[in-house]
Amino acid sequence: MIGIIGGGIIGVATAYELAKLGEDVIVFEKRYLGSGSTFRCASGIRAQFTDEANIKLMKYSIERWGQLSEELNHDIMFQQTGYLFLATSEEEVEAFKRNIKLQNKFGVPTKLITPEEAKEIVPPLNKDAFLAAAWNPEDGKASPFHTLYAYKKAAEKLGARFHEYTKVTMIEKEDKWKIKTTRGEFKVDVVVNATNAWAREINSMIGKDIIPIKPYKHQLVKTEPLERGQIEPLVCPPAWNDSYVIQDGEDGGVICGTALEYETSPDDVTPTYDFAKEVLKWAVKIIPALKHVHIVRQWAGHYARTPDNNPAIGEIEDNFYVAIGFSGHGFMMAPAVAQALAERIVKGRTKVPLDWEWFDPFRFERGELRSSAFQIG
Amino acid sequence: MRIVCRCNDVTVEDIEKLIDEGVTDLEELRRLLRIGMGPCQGRTCIPIVISILARKTGKRPEDIALPNARFPVRPVKIEALVGGEK
Ligand SMILES: Cc1cc2nc3c(=O)[nH]c(=O)nc-3n(C[C@H](O)[C@H](O)[C@H](O)COP(=O)(O)OP(=O)(O)OC[C@H]3O[C@@H](n4cnc5c(N)ncnc54)[C@H](O)[C@@H]3O)c2cc1C
Ligand code: FES
Repeated sequence: MIGIIGGGIIGVATAYELAKLGEDVIVFEKRYLGSGSTFRCASGIRAQFTDEANIKLMKYSIERWGQLSEELNHDIMFQQTGYLFLATSEEEVEAFKRNIKLQNKFGVPTKLITPEEAKEIVPPLNKDAFLAAAWNPEDGKASPFHTLYAYKKAAEKLGARFHEYTKVTMIEKEDKWKIKTTRGEFKVDVVVNATNAWAREINSMIGKDIIPIKPYKHQLVKTEPLERGQIEPLVCPPAWNDSYVIQDGEDGGVICGTALEYETSPDDVTPTYDFAKEVLKWAVKIIPALKHVHIVRQWAGHYARTPDNNPAIGEIEDNFYVAIGFSGHGFMMAPAVAQALAERIVKGRTKVPLDWEWFDPFRFERGELRSSAFQIG
Repeated sequence: MRIVCRCNDVTVEDIEKLIDEGVTDLEELRRLLRIGMGPCQGRTCIPIVISILARKTGKRPEDIALPNARFPVRPVKIEALVGGEK
């Protein structure tokens, strides 16, 4: 029996992959599934990273995204509407060119396009502020709600059990792992810590607080629904405070994000007014016509950041695994990470191109950081 | 067809179907159908959804927790918030 702590996209997808391999799985979630960062994310999925490990992992993950609706028998609304990164200076254009070369080397078809070409893809774009854009039409988005639900339903069909409103309060090692929860005790052979922003609490329970994750509150503002087909890709000029806009794949409202963040407890999800002002300042610079639409909602969630913005994935104690510290891109990685982790736990190896060395949970103890993973949505 | 959520075109049938499939948590129903996420933030639909949920599950309506209302309480034009800035 395998016990997964945390019912976000990582925990739920891992439960499915483990059940698919014939394992008996039980998931503990202290609130409702998705109530952590997962239901608060911007839904973006991209292979436009700046290092080999993340590019390869995300190339594979995007292939998995493409299969999920059919495999899980539920429409997860995955759409390859692309990511458009906008360069505002000559130095940035050069940096984009280097990144594109690296992405192309691993089969990601990103290319450099002109502001005019970008405007064809995003008609209301303010093209005058940009020199060039990096465009990967294979990047995209999916519904966090439907993806999580689809994984959960498929996992349940295979026998996995989900205990919601069940908080893990203590873990002890006996012949097996004993997990104490607010709803009783459970004995499992293997534990997976998938609590991301809360992960240090869980690791501390076994005396292994070795991954220095810090939770940062990030927020989003969303507009009323707009006609589809206008701002379909995620559009982001990194130099503008990592601000981005993307039309929600379901209702067409525009989701607006920016890098204004606060170091807080992961349970604090109160939106702040200064965020709304900051994010909208940039959003109307990217798409001036947004001035005329209404915002209808604002919410907050957390980035669980590690010192190098790369997650920690692996075994930190015999039969105790972690997949945590996703630093703002755990949704997009979930299909690949869940499969890799499940296969590693059950078979000891996986064909998923996940570089275990790169994501090694012990790297922080050794003071060995990776190059920082590119962080936007 | 009886519409419950006017902002997102969700019908009584949509809601009952999901409840019959075992989705009885208001938070989960909301996310799957986007009820309460439209411009009115659920002012119109959430009370109706709660009464449907109560009827179908035998819970008392007052035992079903209301979702958070989110800022802004009513839609606000972006211009009004970025005011004057260029
Ligand atoms: C504003 C914002 C925008 C984002 N945009 C994107 C994006 O566009 N693309 C992308 O890929 N990622 C994005 N992210 C990041 C993404 O949301 C996360 O990386 C991802 O959801 C992490 O999933 P998870 O399953 O690891 O964690 P979570 O979804 O946070 O799940 C962890 C769960 O553990 C539970 N838990 C904690 N402690 C306990 C305990 N003691 N017992 C039981 N359960 C417990 C929590 O309740 C929680 O549900 C964004 C995040 C934010 C906040
Ligand atoms: S009627 Fe449902 S959100 Fe407005």
